[in-house]
Amino acid sequence: MKSMPSWIYALGALIFVLLFNAFATPGFFEINVLDGRLFGSVIDILNRVAPVALLSLGMTLVIATRGVDLSVGAVMAMSGAVAASLIARPEGNILLGLNFGDSVFLIVLAGLVTGLLCGLFNGLLVSRARIQPIVATLLLMVAGRGVAQLISDGQIITFSAPAFASIARGATLGMPNPFWIVVLFAAVILVLTRWTALGLFIESLGSNPIAARNVGINTGALLLFVYSVTGVCAGMAGMIAAADIQGADANNAGLYLELDAILAVSVGGTLLSGGRFSLVGTLIGAILMQTLTTTILTRGVAPELTLVVKALVVLAVCLLQSPTFLHMLRPKKVAA
Amino acid sequence: MSESTPLLHLQGIDKRFPGVHALKGIDFELETEEIHALLGENGAGKSTLIKVLTGVHAADGGSICIEGRQIAPRNPNEAVTFGISTVYQEVNLAPNLSVAENICLGREPRNVFGIDWRAVGERTKSALNRVGLRVDPQRLVGDISIAEQQLVAIARALDVEAKVLILDEPTSSLDQDEVAQLFATLRRLREEGMGIIFVTHFLDQVYEISDRITVLRNGERIGTFQTDELPRIELVSHMIGRSAESLEHGAMASHEVSGHEPFLTVTNFGKRGSVQDLNFEIRSGEVIGLAGLLGSGRTETARLLFGIDHGTEGGYQLDNRSAHLTPRSAISRGVGLNVEDRKAEGIFPGLSIRENMVVVAQVKRRWWQRISTAEQKQVADEYVSALQLQPPNTDRNIENLSGGNQQKALLGRWLAVEPRLLLLDEPTRGIDIGAKFEIMALVERLRLEGKSFVFISSELSEVIRVSSRIVVLRDRRAVTTISRAEANEEAVVAAIAKHE
Ligand SMILES: Nc1ncnc2c1ncn2[C@@H]1O[C@H](COP(=O)(O)OP(=O)(O)OP(=O)(O)O)[C@@H](O)[C@H]1O
Ligand SMILES: [Mg+2]
Repeated sequence: MKSMPSWIYALGALIFVLLFNAFATPGFFEINVLDGRLFGSVIDILNRVAPVALLSLGMTLVIATRGVDLSVGAVMAMSGAVAASLIARPEGNILLGLNFGDSVFLIVLAGLVTGLLCGLFNGLLVSRARIQPIVATLLLMVAGRGVAQLISDGQIITFSAPAFASIARGATLGMPNPFWIVVLFAAVILVLTRWTALGLFIESLGSNPIAARNVGINTGALLLFVYSVTGVCAGMAGMIAAADIQGADANNAGLYLELDAILAVSVGGTLLSGGRFSLVGTLIGAILMQTLTTTILTRGVAPELTLVVKALVVLAVCLLQSPTFLHMLRPKKVAA
Repeated sequence: MSESTPLLHLQGIDKRFPGVHALKGIDFELETEEIHALLGENGAGKSTLIKVLTGVHAADGGSICIEGRQIAPRNPNEAVTFGISTVYQEVNLAPNLSVAENICLGREPRNVFGIDWRAVGERTKSALNRVGLRVDPQRLVGDISIAEQQLVAIARALDVEAKVLILDEPTSSLDQDEVAQLFATLRRLREEGMGIIFVTHFLDQVYEISDRITVLRNGERIGTFQTDELPRIELVSHMIGRSAESLEHGAMASHEVSGHEPFLTVTNFGKRGSVQDLNFEIRSGEVIGLAGLLGSGRTETARLLFGIDHGTEGGYQLDNRSAHLTPRSAISRGVGLNVEDRKAEGIFPGLSIRENMVVVAQVKRRWWQRISTAEQKQVADEYVSALQLQPPNTDRNIENLSGGNQQKALLGRWLAVEPRLLLLDEPTRGIDIGAKFEIMALVERLRLEGKSFVFISSELSEVIRVSSRIVVLRDRRAVTTISRAEANEEAVVAAIAKHE
């Protein structure tokens, strides 16, 4: 007797939306090859979902520990600003004898380190200062965009750097690069949590923090870890966003994406109350949300409706996951 | 007609969980002015029957009648409106609310300004008096001991007008005095016409207070008996389904362990505002029993020794070195603590039985060396059969286990890492008599292998049975130590109660 995985409803909804498109949206599954690169709605979905997918991978771990990270959108803005200013103002960027502006590798490294530092900051506030996660990360959510503006001198920095832009625009083996970045991050995080005992420890911590301490789990270090992973993911997402528009907009980069990430996690079957988490579910959740957006856009429905439709699907999946709701649906057995 | 209509009548109650047929057509009658004991081994279906009766679970079949009227409560609140008040096995209070708020929650007396706090105060006071609990009503429930919480839960259940009162293992962490007080209250309620269902694993208490006994085994009703017509030995055979003699164990070996040096020594050890003046040594192959009343500091002592709380005075030496432990360092140095409050501080709800049982082993192995699922199964299965945990499928959510079986799983978690010193805080809480003997025998077996234990139990007979020495605590101070040779109930009770 095997119980069904928690993401079964999200997968069902995704299949439903895809089937709907198969019949109702002509050309939805069409894939064209151009210059050795694939194009089509499905590819587009896998490309565009990348930033939210990255954010929600990290968010899954944070939520599993009973936390939440509201700062990821702002962290995207910061890492984007760091990358853009390194590229756009190469004069001031000689550090340790390395010219950061030249090398995509070093720029990416700088963006990831920015995210890591932000994550460590959040993690310290939560684990050492014992501030509630929602409040602790709200700090950086608010202050982070200010920092991003300081980094970019209050301007929208634009640049033209084909090498860096290829992070978002380029393709490898036919698939867009953002897709591969998500695959890489997902694989690393999966291995890190499921091939080691970190996954079990995270779930234990979220399931019962007091008991976790009583069995000797290093809860402080674990919290630092999950917030750091989320920070790094957000740093990478920020660079995809910056590379996509070849610029950094401190006010709008990643705006509200923390909410999309939280939705993707909970649609994917990880409970906000912590404990069991599913990275696969999260990815399905993120893809489901992006598929909805793309569907609505390609069908020419008024974009304002997008949010309403998304909300309805999320509501449906969450209701199906709720035991209380299913209990109410069940026909009441009349005692004999 | 009214003569023959029982107060509460269950007919053919059936309940299935995925993979478990928990109740197989149970019939049950409760009369007015009756205290009816519901007995059976761990996992027999007692709590499930109560949860079906009070609307926590929906029955798959059968009917419930109260005073001849058929009811189908959909949740515990509805059950209360039908006159059924319940204390569940897993204490269900809000830890972040005060004692007073917990007692009146959902039925606060009101006046024109909203909640009438003066009336709340009055009601709380009389409710607490009824169970004889002296605790500041403003304290948060999360801050009081588990036994006090149990009494608060009982006080809450007594605070409503009820015809039927259900108590699922209400006395599992109470001491003799609290039990006596509770029983006095129950007798008075019985005289007032109430019907009371009482679940327990303490057979003494069954014979002391109940009028009739219903025995469940594996989800079936074995029978209903008049208490004074059912010899204890027969009762036990009904519960376990084989003859009671199979439980008897020979006298335990003598506890002479003179050859060894003590590896743990506490001198005037304690924490300001908590226990103080702890003075004892532990050698390998010794069991130190802690005896004392509710609030005497037994649990605090265990928490100090394990490093959950930190000592502020005196010395704590492990292997002749001064130690400042945290749970993590304690575990790495071979010390374990099986906590008293299994729901709040022990189990990982939502995780499987297997994961709950291997988590300490995994912590010891370090995070980068994951114990493979196959190996996890092997470890879990070993202790599932050693402790006779039911049902033996360890992939299931631990929350689906009966209370006593959850307790066994937690014990298995520690046994799996073979600590040289295991602090056992009420390890037999909620465990049926067969398993109690198993656990005491296990402690004895491991002791002979050179392992040491600190054993805390509110059942004095157990403490006396397993301990090499008994440290008596009174008012959060260690007052005396009784050797195994001198330990008998009278001596220990006298030491606990003595006033200087
Ligand atoms: N929510 C649940 N889901 C699945 N199985 C359950 C659930 N609750 C109880 N069970 C199973 O039903 C059976 C009866 O459990 P129940 O809790 O009624 O036992 P009990 O007699 O109260 O035991 P104890 O003395 O240990 O408290 C057990 O096999 C248990 O594993
Ligand atoms: Mg029970």
